[in-house]
Order: sequence, then structure tokens, then C-alpha cells
Amino acid sequence: MAEPPASESSAVNAEMARLMDSVVVRFSGDSGDGMQLTGDQFTNTSAVLGNDISTFPDFPAEIRAPAGTLAGLSGFQVNLAASDIYTAGDAPLVLVAMNPAALAANLADLEPGGVVIVNEDAFTRNNLRKAGYDANPLDDESYLQGYELHRVPLTTMTRAALDDLDELSNQQKDLCKNAFALGLAFWLFDRPMDTTLAFYQEKFGKRPQVVEANTRALKAGYAFGETTEGFQSRMSIPSRTDVVPPGTYRRITGNEAVVLGLVTAAQKANKTLFYGSYPITPASPILEGLAALKRFDVRTFQAEDEIAAIGSVIGASFAGALSVTASSGPGVSLKSEGMNLAIVMELPLVVVNVQRGGPSTGLPTKTEQADLLSVLYGRNGESPIPVIAAATAAECFEMAIEACRIAVRHMTPVFLLTDGYLANSSEPWLLPDLDLIEPIDIEHRTDPVGYQPYMRDEATLARPWVVPGTPGLEHRVGGLGKQDVTGNVSYDPQDNEHMIKTRAEKVARVADFLPPLDVFGPDQGDLLVIGWGGTYGAIRAAVEQAQAEGRSVASCHLRHLNPLPKDLGKILSRYRQVLVPELNMGQLSMLLQARYPVRVIGLNKVQGQPFRIREIVAKINEILT
Amino acid sequence: MTDTIAEPPASLTRKDFVSDQEVRWCPGCGDYAILAQMQKVLAEIGVPREQTVFVSGIGCSSRFPYYMDTYGVHSIHGRAPTLATGIKAVNPDLTVWVVTGDGDGLSIGGNHLVHCMRRNVDVKILLFNNRVYGLTKGQYSPTSLQGHRTKSTPMGSIDYPFNPMSVAIGAEATFVARTQDTNTKHLQETLRRAAAHRGTAFVEIYQNCVVYNPTAWDHTTDSSVRDDNIVYVEEGKPLVYGRDNDKGIRINGMIPEIVDVANGASDELAVHQESLDNSSYAYMLSRMQHPEFPLPFGVLRDVSRPAYTDMLVDQVKDAVDSGDADLNALLHSSDTWVVE
Repeated sequence: MAEPPASESSAVNAEMARLMDSVVVRFSGDSGDGMQLTGDQFTNTSAVLGNDISTFPDFPAEIRAPAGTLAGLSGFQVNLAASDIYTAGDAPLVLVAMNPAALAANLADLEPGGVVIVNEDAFTRNNLRKAGYDANPLDDESYLQGYELHRVPLTTMTRAALDDLDELSNQQKDLCKNAFALGLAFWLFDRPMDTTLAFYQEKFGKRPQVVEANTRALKAGYAFGETTEGFQSRMSIPSRTDVVPPGTYRRITGNEAVVLGLVTAAQKANKTLFYGSYPITPASPILEGLAALKRFDVRTFQAEDEIAAIGSVIGASFAGALSVTASSGPGVSLKSEGMNLAIVMELPLVVVNVQRGGPSTGLPTKTEQADLLSVLYGRNGESPIPVIAAATAAECFEMAIEACRIAVRHMTPVFLLTDGYLANSSEPWLLPDLDLIEPIDIEHRTDPVGYQPYMRDEATLARPWVVPGTPGLEHRVGGLGKQDVTGNVSYDPQDNEHMIKTRAEKVARVADFLPPLDVFGPDQGDLLVIGWGGTYGAIRAAVEQAQAEGRSVASCHLRHLNPLPKDLGKILSRYRQVLVPELNMGQLSMLLQARYPVRVIGLNKVQGQPFRIREIVAKINEILT
Repeated sequence: MTDTIAEPPASLTRKDFVSDQEVRWCPGCGDYAILAQMQKVLAEIGVPREQTVFVSGIGCSSRFPYYMDTYGVHSIHGRAPTLATGIKAVNPDLTVWVVTGDGDGLSIGGNHLVHCMRRNVDVKILLFNNRVYGLTKGQYSPTSLQGHRTKSTPMGSIDYPFNPMSVAIGAEATFVARTQDTNTKHLQETLRRAAAHRGTAFVEIYQNCVVYNPTAWDHTTDSSVRDDNIVYVEEGKPLVYGRDNDKGIRINGMIPEIVDVANGASDELAVHQESLDNSSYAYMLSRMQHPEFPLPFGVLRDVSRPAYTDMLVDQVKDAVDSGDADLNALLHSSDTWVVE
């Protein structure tokens, strides 16, 4: 295939490009169709062009469920915008469906009048049956009425473009049809191909025929858009024109941000980073990410199970490393006993809980926020632990650092909550100036004079972190009841109560170090929408919309769940009503009502999917009407 | 295969390793003897106290770290090997001992024990085997014999027991030995050998629970029968045993046989080799059980294989030495764009 011609028709098409403020595109196909890669490339190019972007991949727990079935679908949604956006969008305007199942599963989500691009070649009798169609829906005008349908013989055209690449089998050639679809999308949205062409070189450079095949398929897709006359118009989303903080940006997912945040924290603390964990969806990319960063003195340990993972991290912390584990619901449950040991040994470590749909194995690849109460209260005995939560994918970076900072300052394990949505979705990230990130100060006591294992810092109540190898400070710690200061085993009733109260007070004092809460909107009024974690984007966008419609509504997002910020009570009291949207059955609602004299209204959803903006807007309107 | 340790301070004595905590095992418990020999051996070896860490789980044996004036962690049930792994991964210069029992190590902590040995983490594991749960007051354990009557097995245990040394050899342990609490000299020597091994050293110590299972090891302690029930294995020496050194072990195919040495059969006896790469011989020895065979005491297996924690630290060191650790470059390692 030739280069996309810079011809007359191109100019005509470009003129016809519809300028849009934002557009939501969804790619859907078999989990082996390369939809995540296609979506990634489309997003990277758009981000580099200066769009705001937010992505949401949605894939099955099975690696390769039977091809052509609804169960095997893998989707990637991206929202491109010329101004600030907070979510991957409620409903796509453009759907790229690689087979009948993708059409069947996604058509109902599409905006009215939306554009549907299908791989016509995949609409075989067999695939139609697997998707539950009795007849070919492409031939049924009423079925697709109101949509702009494009039947593209993606497989045939991809094969034709790669016809003379003798080293590749037909099966290998067919794998390139996602590149053809991507090329067509690039044309439709008026994006250049160079970022992706460079990516093919980098990824497949050792296999020149594969580079050539993908390159040709991509360009063929672009040229197809150029030469076909079916499309009513191209769409173009200009670079952002709203005020964006200047600097260098990249795209980042929550899991990537956790990795970079942990490495940064270790460097800022001048510490070895020890990371022990057991593979689990959706937290495994953190293990994989850190395993590749040994050059930063990152020591990763893939343990035999979740319990061994937390055990290794406690050992590593005892030995003086900045120590971290991550998991998701079922694995975090297994770590409970270990967490309590760390609480009683008063050792610093971080547990990242990338929450997923539960209970039990639940929905491994889907998102939920239903572990809040379990991380706060799901262990035996009085077991206080600081809990913080990241609001956005990019914020996972600074929250990972914050978790490490709290852990070592207060000598305590810390939970960092993220979720499947934050972990896998992506957004632009303004790269931080590393010099502006405060160092994490750690002092390991070496002076034996007057040393006691559980002597305490006056301000924080933290005990000293003494590292084995230090002469004269040999000491023993364990999980049994103990006496304060000496740390000696004690079953004395007063000692036990004193230690329980002291550990609680130590965690409560974390609140002394928290910044004031940000409130978005009027500082008093009819309604406060309060949330935590990955619902930030949807809440923020919904509240902006309600404010634009003249509603007296503000929002406040909690990063610190335990202890809660000291100013939260006052803020809650300044609004007539409080709405708490959560992807659980009302866990923050319960906490707020237990702690403050407030009745809250819950908006709760447990479908494995993030909130749509319109769901929250509808609730706000219902309350305020 | 020795630890890289500093010059041994000449002045260390057993007392230096005695902590200020009151020892709270039952009077007559075999743990006292093990504690005393451990303290003595450490003083002899001369590893500084601050370079030594004892890690335990839960059970009578797991109180051990409190009584050692070294660094120590009394952790949670069965998990000691996991903490020990984390400690060694961060600081491979420390000498780390895991103290566990038949319940802690082979029941609730079985998974961690086998994986620790498989990886060859550089820790010394002392498994006190008394074939009963002591701290929870007398239930049967994974090494209790079938038919053993306890409070939880009033009609006799129907669980088939583990043989700890067979488990260790099956789990690829590079050092496997057996000794006994009251066999002072042999215990000392075995602890010394374990200390000198780089990698996981697994030592089964027959330990007497005077309260809940006081007769478990009578056949190895009663002076009238013990010599006929134990064969001490020593590198390069034939497997001879018996009160009058009148019996030996011959290997017929893959099966051990008892032969009468007095009958001039000594040429056929098996000669002990600890360092065979193939573990079949050591495994065969471990299968010799009372009363059919004498119980092998000593080092059954001692082979050299790189320790997991050393390799982990080496990989990190190689990567660090490559000098490519630019954090700012790492943050930028993706498609970036600039907003003016």
C-alpha cells in the first residue's frame, strides 16, 4: 500500500472534518484481537496531539474465552477532548466492532446517531450464532436504524495488503487486522500515524516482516478511509485550549503510577525497596513493573502465596527496607493476620489493595469499592491502621509516596486503596519536578544508651526503627500482648488496654499531618457530594454539570479514610444534605453516619462498572427537585 | 560453604546469648537443652549477636527467640520462613535461624517450609519434633503416629504422618540433618554444621514433650535400646550401628537391608556420602523408620547450590552497577508531550 495520498480528496475530506469538543470511541473484539493495544495506540497519538484523554479498558477474566462469543469480548473505551474531562465517558459516539458479539454487546451503549464500524468478514453464520443472532443484523435496516453503519471487509483487505509477505501465515496476517482498524480510526479522527509507526519499529524491530505487516495494514486502513466515500464526515478534536498547567505530560495508568510512586518514595527515603507479592488480578502489573526496576535497588519477591507475601514484607521491614505488597480482595483477606502482626510489631509497610468486584473470587477484572470496611475493621481485635485512597490514575503516584511517608513517620502498616478502574484506566499526567518532592526522612536509632524497643516519639507516638546489625540494640518483637516501652511480653490487663489505646492514638495522630480538605463549589449550600477513590472523575463532572445548571451543590473527595481529616465534620455541617456515591452498598455512608451527626443519602452501584456521570447528575437532580 | 563473617570476637560466651527474659517452658522440657546448646554453639562460632536473627512462628518452640539475646521475631503461626526470607533478601549478611515445630512447620506452615527449602533461602531451620501439639494442650500433630490417642483423637489418630526429613529432601533442601535434644554432643555438632551451610539448612530435632507425649522418643533415649535404634551417619564411613557395632546397612537395589557385621558382611555396607547430587540415597536413608530400621542421625545431605537470597541480591547489584538508575528518565519513559 502506498502512503496516504496528500491529494485533493484528502484536502476535501479534511475540510469536511467536523470539529468536536470531545468524542468517546469504543473498540471491541475478541480478547485475542488486540483491542487493548489498538486502544492504547489511538490514545497515545491523541494525547501527544494535545487532547485531554481518559481511557477505560474492559476485558474478561478469561485470557482467551472462545472466539466470537460475548464472554470473550475485550473492550477499550477512550474519551478524547479539547478541554478538561474526568472520565472515559458515559456513552461512545463511535463503535469499532470486530465481530457480531462486539456489536451485540455494545450497540445499546452507543449515542443515538453514533457511528458503527464493523468487520464485515467476521459476520459469518457461525459467529452470528455465537453472538445470539438468528440472521445477519447488518442486513436488517431496522436494527441499525439511526446509526451510521460502515461495513468494512477488514480481514479481506488486510490480507490483500499483506499478500506478498511470504514469511507470514494467513493467521499471522489476520492478527494485523487491528492495525487496519486503527489506521481507519486515525483517518476518521484526523490523527497522524507516526507515533504508532515508531511503536511498531520499537516493539517488533527484531522481526522486520511483522513491522512491515503492521505498517502496511495501518496505512491500508488509513487509505481505505481516504478513498471510500461512505463516511459522512471526519471528526477532529482540536488540542486543548483551556488552561492546562504547563509542563511535560505523559499518559499513565493507576498501576503504572503506583510503580513509579513506590520507586520515587524509596529514592526519596534513600532506601532499598522490597516488594513481596503473589500474582492476582488486577494488581499483578505492579509486581511486573517493579521487577523491571532492579537498577533502582528494587528487590521483588514472587511469594508462594499471599500470606508469604505479607510475611516477607514484615521481615523486610524489620530488616530496614521500605517494604510494600499489593493484592486485591481475596488476597488482602489472606493477609489479615499478617497485617495485625505488623500493627502490633509497629513496623512500617504499605499494602496496596487494588479493589475488584467481590465477594469471593467475584469479578476479577471489574472494579468495585467494597473493601473499605474490611481494610478498616476486617481483622481480629482492635486493629487500627491508616487507610488512604487515590482518586485518579495519575494520583496513584503521589498517594503511593504518601502511603510510604505515613508508614515510616508513624511506624505503622498503611493501606493504599486503588481499584480495577484506576489500575487499568489512563489519563494525562503532568510529570512532577522530582526536586519538589519532599525527602522521606528516616532515622534508624544506633545509640544503645536508654534504648527500649517500644519507647515512643512524643509527637507521633512512633517507636524507634532499629535495624538488625546494629550493635547493642538487639531486641525481640512479636505478636503477643506486651508492655509499652520495654516491649516485654505481658498479659497484664492494664498493659493490654494501654497498648490498644496507644496504638489507636498513634494512628489518630496521623490526622495532625493532613492538609485541609478541598471543597469544589460553594462552601455552604443545598448539597454536598462526598466521595472517595476512583469515583472522583464521575462525581466531579456531575457536580460541574449541576453547578452549570444553577444548583447549589459542592463536592469533596476524601483521600484519607483513616484517620478522617479533622475539618470533615465542619464541612459536612454546612450543607443541608449530603450525597455519597460509592461502588458498594454504602460503606463510607456508614462510616460518616457513625462518626458525625449527619444523615447521608447513598448512591450505590455494584455492577463491576464505574459510575456514569449521568447517573450521579440524575441523583443530584432527584434530591434537589 | 561458610558464611562471610567478621573476625570472631574471642570474648563471646554462652552468657552473651542469654536474654533477660525468664524462660517459661515446662520443667523437664527438651527445649531447655536445645536452647543451651544453641547459645553455646553461637558463642563458639563467634557470629556477632547483632548479626544474628531468630525468627519463629507459634508453639512452644516458637518462644525460643525471646530467650536469645540477639535480634528476634516471634511471628505468627507457620509463617516464620516468610519473614526470614524477607529479612535475608534485604540484608544477606545476617545469620538467620528459624525455630519451628512439627505443627507450626509441617501443618499450618507446610507451604512456606517447602518453598523456603525449594528456593534455598539462606536460613537455618530447626524443627523441634515432639509429635504433638504442646501449646494447645495435646492434640495430635502431622508427625503423630497412626493410632496415637490424644484429646482430638480419642479412638486413635487415622492421619498418616509426615517424615520431616523425607519432606525436606523432597522439597530440594540442600542440607538435611537429624539430631536429638538430649544428645548434647551430637546436637552441638549438628548445629555447627547447619551454621556453616550457605543455603537452607534443615535440622529435625527429636524433642521431648514431657507433658503431652513423654514416651515418643524412648526408643532413641533409653540407654538399653537406643544404640540398636540409631545409626549415626558420617561422611565416608560405613553405616554401622548397634550396641556392639555389630549391625550395618547394605543397599540391595534401591532397598536398605540390615546385615550382621559380625558375620563378615562389612564389605557390602553402604558408605555414607552427604554430597551426592542425586538425592535418592539420602531419601532412602530418611525412609528408614523405627522399628524396622535404625533411625539415621546426622547430616543426610549437604550439597552446594546458590542461595535464592544471594542470587536475588546479585541480580539487583548487577542492575544497580549498570548505572542506569535515572529516576527522571524513568518517569519520562513513555510518549510525552509538552504544554507551553
